[in-house]
Amino acid sequence: MHKILTGNQAAAWGAMCAQAQVVSAYPITPQTTIIEELADLVDKGMLKAEFIKVESEHSAMAGCIGAQAAGARTFTATSAQGLALMHELLHWAALGRLPIVMADVNRAMAPGWSIWTDQNDSLAQRDTGWLQFYCESNQEVLDTTIQAYRIAEQVDLPVMLILDAFLLSHTSEAVDVPGQEATARYLPPYKPSIYLNTKEPHAFGGIVPQDIYMEFRYKMQVAMDEALEICQKADEEYGAMFGRKYGLVDVYPNDDDDDDDDDKPKAQSQKPKAEFDVMLVTSGTVTSTARYAIDRMREQGLKVGLLKTRLLRPFPTQLLCEAVDGVPKLAVIDRNICVGMGGIWAQEIKAALYHQPYKQRPLVLEYIAGLGGRDITPEIVEQIALDAHKRDKAMDTPKWVGLKE
Amino acid sequence: MPVSLKLENLLRMEHLPHMWCPGCGIGIIVKAMLRAIDAMGWDPRDVAVISGIGCTSRAPGYLNMNTLHTTHGRALTFATGFKLARPDKQVIVISGDGDATAIGGNHLIHSCRRNIDITEIIVNNNIYGMTGGQYSPTTPLGAKAATAPWGMVEPSFDIAKLCIGAGATYVARGHVGSGVQLERLIRGGLKHKGFAIIEALSNCHTQFGRRNKLSDPIELINHIAAKTINVKEAAKISPEEMRGKFAVGILFQEEGREEYCEAYNRLIQRAQATLH
Repeated sequence: MHKILTGNQAAAWGAMCAQAQVVSAYPITPQTTIIEELADLVDKGMLKAEFIKVESEHSAMAGCIGAQAAGARTFTATSAQGLALMHELLHWAALGRLPIVMADVNRAMAPGWSIWTDQNDSLAQRDTGWLQFYCESNQEVLDTTIQAYRIAEQVDLPVMLILDAFLLSHTSEAVDVPGQEATARYLPPYKPSIYLNTKEPHAFGGIVPQDIYMEFRYKMQVAMDEALEICQKADEEYGAMFGRKYGLVDVYPNDDDDDDDDDKPKAQSQKPKAEFDVMLVTSGTVTSTARYAIDRMREQGLKVGLLKTRLLRPFPTQLLCEAVDGVPKLAVIDRNICVGMGGIWAQEIKAALYHQPYKQRPLVLEYIAGLGGRDITPEIVEQIALDAHKRDKAMDTPKWVGLKE
Repeated sequence: MPVSLKLENLLRMEHLPHMWCPGCGIGIIVKAMLRAIDAMGWDPRDVAVISGIGCTSRAPGYLNMNTLHTTHGRALTFATGFKLARPDKQVIVISGDGDATAIGGNHLIHSCRRNIDITEIIVNNNIYGMTGGQYSPTTPLGAKAATAPWGMVEPSFDIAKLCIGAGATYVARGHVGSGVQLERLIRGGLKHKGFAIIEALSNCHTQFGRRNKLSDPIELINHIAAKTINVKEAAKISPEEMRGKFAVGILFQEEGREEYCEAYNRLIQRAQATLH
């Protein structure tokens, strides 16, 4: 069934298809319409869930933790300050091995107050033990929500899916909605391995002495390592069932791309067959802009390509290394800033490439753009690509693009 | 509504027009606050107005004083820090009902308990206006909201009673139907030494009224006014007759209880005298 949905509605309809049983949330712009849509779906009887509106984001995550620990499939959504307020409980959900699924609408952190997109809110939660998916389109938001449950419940870790404020959250697109029945064939009912079973009472959240704590953390690391293959498999199987898959990294243009047949699953060869002088690296909606800019540049004979990164945790190190093998230069566009270090995706990518043999290790050029929702236009993307083209050695500090004097 | 030249000095006129909906009660309340500040004869440079998040919390952006627009629910914590650092300054907090009593409810009761010399104006319009009409802790039982399509299921807070119970030493309630009374109640709070709360019943016809057959601002303001009763009249009638009504005026006042900054200072002096 095709529907015209905003990115926020797509997240809500994804949770509806996945039959989330408890939704606990608190309003914050630009996330609010996700939970409003869910309230509406519950009201219309299209989703049989308990809907709780609590008194803060901290309580929203606590509500999900309680419900998930009781054996229910849960969903929540937030943004920026709300996500920051949740921070304590993000750790709790992950260390408690609760497969909660949450949508975060990327919004810049305050002060100064902003409601517009950048990635610092979600990237600041990198080390909480959540898987993180960055989405490019409303369809990807819906599909990733469904995939997220499948992955989370297999590895007993929570999953965050991330969409750009307004560019996705409040922009409408045609979205194919599989519906609950078809989704149920992909996503089996939630059967928790550990939960608060009243017939067999357990204690959760007790004190863990020095001789046990490390093992809990180790098991999380093992689960994260396993998650990578599970994410790939979940995407492959989703593609086989619904005709859409995204890969964990995506190369564009790819010789396997078949623009003539939209019904076929999108081709996913991780290894580029085209030759690139420069490869842009993007996440979120900048990716679509970059695809357009790359088409224009390639018409002019520039060998520019694109690597879309969809997954931050677990980081797809091997896939990334294969995808950029033979590419001399990467231009990483970071819509975020780790002040004192640089763009966050660039740091992740540099770390992933470190153990590559010297000759296979591309030059990583770092660009900061679009903070606080400033537009990243095709012209800005082109400017970055052309700048990267000219360079033959690394920059001392990231280049800020479109900065006012 | 035009402002007098005197009040114009208290506003950042270059930031106007404001972002509130036409007919919003926040304008009446802010104007009452400005008249009260003006009547106190304070230099605006000695006044700090601190807010959290929401429609009401946008007010400090328009005020030509020391203003701080902080995180959701935490205005009182920033204000407490400010007041302890500069007890010589006048500190006013302006919050909405969601900001002050849901996400910030914890800080509200503890500020009451400490009796710190801050005046807080709580604009109670029974709804989260800015984010699109989700129910708040003061949405009346049965009223509709974006997240309560079948009516509010949770009982609501009586903000004034909550603050009296928590230990505030000046608690007043007014409403947008009477800006003059609001000004007088706010002035009383500003004069009071200790934690003062002025609950201002207000209209959000856009988010609350629209869902509850009160979408016309004047109709909603009249509806609010009709539910109010002067505190002296309220004392004469039975609890049954008071049901659904809100007493307005100064509901509680206690002078002479030690103020928090002074108590803290006295403690420092006592500790220093012991140590040296």
